[in-house]
Amino acid sequence: MNPLATIGRIFLAFLATTGRITIFTARSLSHCVTPPFFPRLIIRQMIEIGYYSLPVVGLTAVFTGMVLALQSYTGFSRFSAESAIPNVVVLSITRELGPVLAGLMVAGRIGAAIAAEIGTMRVTEQIDALTTLSTNPFKYLIAPRLIAGLTTLPLLVLVADIIGVFGGYLVSIYKLGFNPATYLKNTIDFVDFIDVVSGLVKAGVFGFLIALMGCYHGFHSRGGAQGVGAATTNAVVSASILILSFNYIITELFFSA
Amino acid sequence: MTEAPPKIAIRGLHKRFGEKVVLDGVDLDIARGESLVVIGGSGSGKSVLIKTIIGLLQPDSGSIRIDGEETAGLRGRERDRVVRKFGMLFQGGALFDSLRVWENVAFGLIQGQRMPRAKAREIALEKLAQVGLGPEVGDLSPAELSGGMQKRVGLARAIATDPEIIFFDEPTTGLDPIMADVINDLIVDCVRRLGATALSITHDMASARKIADHVAMLYQGKIIWHDRVELIDSTDNPYVDQFIHGRAEGPIKMQLRR
Ligand SMILES: Nc1ncnc2c1ncn2[C@@H]1O[C@H](COP(=O)(O)OP(=O)(O)OP(=O)(O)O)[C@@H](O)[C@H]1O
Ligand SMILES: [Mg+2]
Repeated sequence: MNPLATIGRIFLAFLATTGRITIFTARSLSHCVTPPFFPRLIIRQMIEIGYYSLPVVGLTAVFTGMVLALQSYTGFSRFSAESAIPNVVVLSITRELGPVLAGLMVAGRIGAAIAAEIGTMRVTEQIDALTTLSTNPFKYLIAPRLIAGLTTLPLLVLVADIIGVFGGYLVSIYKLGFNPATYLKNTIDFVDFIDVVSGLVKAGVFGFLIALMGCYHGFHSRGGAQGVGAATTNAVVSASILILSFNYIITELFFSA
Repeated sequence: MTEAPPKIAIRGLHKRFGEKVVLDGVDLDIARGESLVVIGGSGSGKSVLIKTIIGLLQPDSGSIRIDGEETAGLRGRERDRVVRKFGMLFQGGALFDSLRVWENVAFGLIQGQRMPRAKAREIALEKLAQVGLGPEVGDLSPAELSGGMQKRVGLARAIATDPEIIFFDEPTTGLDPIMADVINDLIVDCVRRLGATALSITHDMASARKIADHVAMLYQGKIIWHDRVELIDSTDNPYVDQFIHGRAEGPIKMQLRR
């Protein structure tokens, strides 16, 4: 086999997929902003994405904050720079770890669930049935999930930020012997509005990407249980990769100037 | 007297999936208020034919006229307007498993016609009664129903909006003979009383004889026979003869080997 031909084929397939996803995204967005809207469905998805993800995202955040404090202490105590710990914790959590870890956890939980649900509806012809009942599947299935993903993940990340900082606080106070009042004051002094906002912007983008990948792969799944399984895997993997790459891009946009 | 235009007129309809040609030039007319039954072997493309007429699949070429209007390339609003005329019973039921039974039946009324939920529920329960299901079934989830009950809910959903044209994909498959006959009566009733036009697919010749005005046979992507149902026993078409008598021997070869 000619290796160049293989590379070419893979590249073409990549371009084709990118094109399909772009068209799918444009079509979905146009249905997000034109009536009819389905507020009930949006709220149900918001509860699913936000409320039911709270435990897993909260646990992730608290342990991350804790380990962050512990590790930076190991490093900074060598240079007697322990006072930088509140700074490191709050900036890492709000700028990077809060949105990224919450995004990855939600991608596993919600991206998979969306792909499985819509994929099953596809292979059991429920999506066709929607059409015959004069209901546009983009409006009824996809738009509510995209809107809910976009709006709910920032709220979730805001909570994760607070819990994560609290995790760092716990370790610093009870294990490393910091003064609570000084720690809190340092935390609040160090964090800028832009740090939190950049994290929340990331969260919104990630929430949208997670829902989009779940919907796209579910909507195009083929051939029974196996197809739905593949759609679920693809949704989680592609959402995770997109989260990591968009994380870099957004960081660059916010902080490189 | 000029003849009324057919409700559905199909000309030269082609549809293929990759290399596999499924519809290879289908011509078919269905008059207003007529009940047509399409017969044909498993995998001959009957479900694809219905889905192409409804617009769930795009034909590769050919013309589909509904009430004289070309619908083959319609999109968006125009397509929505045409789809409102249709009701469809899917071969696998295709019930929404996230909704209760009555919400399934009322779906077209609530979402499509913006009817208040209370009124839609009333109509849904009425339609469920017509297919032999009591009001207690209305609050169950589709997963709690037997296959035959799901089929009947699918039927109730298909007729709930009183559509002008109804497609039944194997309405009696999986039902006991008595319930099958109830469903046959219901289909006849929809056509006779509501004046709907019906296109049904079935393998069940007893059902076909009961509900059909005309019968068409699909074989290798073409309609090879189309006539009044009374003539089906006296036809000299060997394909139809083999099919309705269910003989393994004949011109239709099942591809078992290779
Ligand atoms: N979406 C699709 N993609 C690819 N091939 C398809 C698709 N839908 C149907 N086919 C193929 O088209 C052919 C006809 O399928 P169809 O479902 O219309 O058969 P049918 O006549 O309804 O059979 P049955 O009586 O068993 O329901 C089959 O060979 C099937 O594999
Ligand atoms: Mg079929």
